[in-house]
Amino acid sequence: MSTLATTSKSSWRELLRYSGWIIAGLVVVASIIGYLSNAQVTTSMLASTLRQSTPLILGALCGLLCERTGVVNIGIEGQMLFSAFIGFLANVYTGNLVIAVAAAILAGMLVGGLHAFMAVYLKMDQIIAGTVINILALGLTGFFYTAGLTTEGKLQPINLGPLADLPLVGPVLFNNPPITYMAIILVFVMHYVLFFTQWGLRTRAVGEHPSAADTVGINVNRMRYINVIIAGGIAGLAGGFLTLEAVGSFERAMTNGRGFVALAVMIFGKWTPFGAWGAALLFGFASALQTQLQFIGTIEIPHQFIGMLPYVLTIVVLAGLVGRSRPPAAVGKPYETD
Amino acid sequence: MNKTNAPIVLEAQGITKRFPGVLANDDVSLTLHKGEILALLGENGAGKSTLMNILYGLYHQTEGEIRINGQRVLFHNPRDAIMNGIGMVHQHFQLVPVMSVVENVILGSEVMRGGGRLDIKRAIQEVSELSRHYGLAVDPTAIIEDLPVGIQQRVEIIKALYRKANILILDEPTAVLTPQEAKELFRIMHDLTAQGISIIFITHKLKEVLEVADRIAVMRRGKMVGAVSPENQTESTLAEMMVGRNVILQVVKSDAHPTDQMLRVENLSVKDDRKVTVVNNVSLEVRAGEVLGVAGVQGNGQRELVEALTGMRPVSGGRFFIAGQDATHFTPRQITELQVAHIPEDREKHGLVMPYPIEDNMILNAYFKPPYANGSLVNRAAIRSHAEALVSDFDVRTPSVVTPASSLSGGNKQKVIVAREFSKPVKLLIAAQPTRGIDVGSIEFIHKQIIQQRDRGVAVLLVSAELDEILSLSDRVVVMFEGRIMGTLSMAEATREKLGLLMAGSLD
Ligand SMILES: Nc1ncnc2c1ncn2[C@@H]1O[C@H](COP(=O)(O)OP(=O)(O)OP(=O)(O)O)[C@@H](O)[C@H]1O
Ligand SMILES: [Mg+2]
Repeated sequence: MSTLATTSKSSWRELLRYSGWIIAGLVVVASIIGYLSNAQVTTSMLASTLRQSTPLILGALCGLLCERTGVVNIGIEGQMLFSAFIGFLANVYTGNLVIAVAAAILAGMLVGGLHAFMAVYLKMDQIIAGTVINILALGLTGFFYTAGLTTEGKLQPINLGPLADLPLVGPVLFNNPPITYMAIILVFVMHYVLFFTQWGLRTRAVGEHPSAADTVGINVNRMRYINVIIAGGIAGLAGGFLTLEAVGSFERAMTNGRGFVALAVMIFGKWTPFGAWGAALLFGFASALQTQLQFIGTIEIPHQFIGMLPYVLTIVVLAGLVGRSRPPAAVGKPYETD
Repeated sequence: MNKTNAPIVLEAQGITKRFPGVLANDDVSLTLHKGEILALLGENGAGKSTLMNILYGLYHQTEGEIRINGQRVLFHNPRDAIMNGIGMVHQHFQLVPVMSVVENVILGSEVMRGGGRLDIKRAIQEVSELSRHYGLAVDPTAIIEDLPVGIQQRVEIIKALYRKANILILDEPTAVLTPQEAKELFRIMHDLTAQGISIIFITHKLKEVLEVADRIAVMRRGKMVGAVSPENQTESTLAEMMVGRNVILQVVKSDAHPTDQMLRVENLSVKDDRKVTVVNNVSLEVRAGEVLGVAGVQGNGQRELVEALTGMRPVSGGRFFIAGQDATHFTPRQITELQVAHIPEDREKHGLVMPYPIEDNMILNAYFKPPYANGSLVNRAAIRSHAEALVSDFDVRTPSVVTPASSLSGGNKQKVIVAREFSKPVKLLIAAQPTRGIDVGSIEFIHKQIIQQRDRGVAVLLVSAELDEILSLSDRVVVMFEGRIMGTLSMAEATREKLGLLMAGSLD
């Protein structure tokens, strides 16, 4: 019969399943070759990849924790912007970066709480709730921002001793400021929590089949509330990264669409932390490449086109390689009981 | 078997439950003895599921009290019921499809290793232990969505046993099972009661009740009619208790007078969602005025065949003609317009728009036409009076025609679909599992309707997994096995044994 056609098709599918590893392998090979030919440029490009990917992976972790528990969150952009602003103000008025980071996280949790209130308690359409948050954050931060505020400084790289002296990986991985380290640690923590703990099992069950969770005595809405608030804290950290670690100051609408890219990154990563990390790194790499190309300036391509590179690459990879991924079944649906 | 001397484990007294406009349980009392199988019978909408949901803490009674081992209890949620040893397998399974068996079993009562960590290894051990102990074979690491319904049901039972349930509620467990799977379930139920577990078992199949029950309780219109022991009962006495009138279990029909060919299927092949060919080179014909039964164990391509014939699934090879017209690539609307009626297998997914009121569900096949449509506006008055007429003709039990379809009981949902499909002139009726989950009274009614349509000259294609239904309605039978037609039999040739063999794939 059609067995032959089926096998060749399924071997294709196998290949696609490992596409993430294949891309990762290619990147590793390319960076080693790059390092051997031009150590300095390669190192700075990889370091920039990691920097660019940090707010994206944090945003994606926020998104996937929300969606795994059954709540759509398109308000990540607004959560990031609002907490970037609060973190910045805290830095301006206290001059204490630890307090500033804490303030950014708290601000994110606060907005997360607002989202949970609208989505879980009021059972509002979750797309609308997210939009409300985006508009609110843009409006509030724009209104209260006054130019000319200055800060004492920003988070500085922490050198991890001998590790940082390793060639290539040393300066790229082991000489970073704290939020970058935290983002990497959070990827592992999130994976562990989601797939190896009681909390994670319940979270996933609530996002896939809430009534199944309800009938074994799990409080669906409480799980959703808590997860969305924690996720807000993670988005808050992403906001803190922007004003306290990357730039050191605030600008209007400075998130610049990163919250939405983070959502794409989450989907590209098939709602798994490591998948999302891979996707965020790919996007970060494309952004770094783009900067590098503009910097060299020898190629005669208008810079607008080079600027599109990360987005085009994401679309191509998303559409071409990743294949169909399946969101949590109950995502976006409020849970109704008797 | 008389287990009425065994101690009473569960006692419900004077339970009343009111939904807006409906008195679902009216002063209902029930007792359950240790180690017995109590069958709970009743028409669709009699209040069986409601009563069970109250015992499981999902609903809260308006009045009445529950006692477990003599102690009065008050359940705020399922967790309370679970702690009191009650387990329930719902009419619709409560399993997370993308998770493994073991994850589903432990969910909510996880085995831990400290620090919030799951101990999956130990959980797998415990699940294997349980499944060995009670003879419930299942692979703990399998993913739920890959398992057949019979096994999924086993997982539900293991879930309850894992929570140390000693009272097990099974809400219509056999509605979705093949006869073999049902036999296996009964064996399991006997094993469980032998170990002191008590079971409340809801079903609409009277044969099963006489086969497995130690005691039978009957509900009608929210009230408990009485409890009897199976020894001195027959199917018809039970049916009468349920419905309150004499029910004719045997379909009365005259010989068919087939005339013109209404449906001709030529070498049809259809693929399922995984792109596997599941309907393989099927040819058949149905004439006006006859019922062609399609028998077969579920999952042998019947579903895909019906979906192809109603335009819901693309055809991968062959053709089919309705009233002489090539309809192979028609849309569902075009096929409906050829005066084809369809009673779909999955009534909640393909038969009704659940949040819509009954009146809107009654015009899903005609909303775009006068009198229901005035150009692009709807005519509410016409829709309402149409629905009211159908509700009374088909005896749909509902407080009003604006009640959402989702709050109807299973049998009444089916009646809404049948009423809608028969409310327009029909030339070809395609009915898939038309009486699944339906009480004897309504089965009698739906069977009568189908035969009436046949006698009016409608061609009927009846797909059913119930041999009794096939045997009592059909004028000819084909058997499907692994996507192929195993042969066409006249009613004289179609004995239970012969059909059983063909359904198992044996050709001689
Ligand atoms: N959540 C609800 N809201 C409103 N009415 C309801 C609800 N659940 C059930 N009902 C009504 O209560 C009555 C009893 O329904 P129930 O589901 O208990 O019937 P049942 O005996 O289980 O029927 P079936 O055999 O069809 O499953 C029906 O009239 C139904 O419409
Ligand atoms: Mg029911």
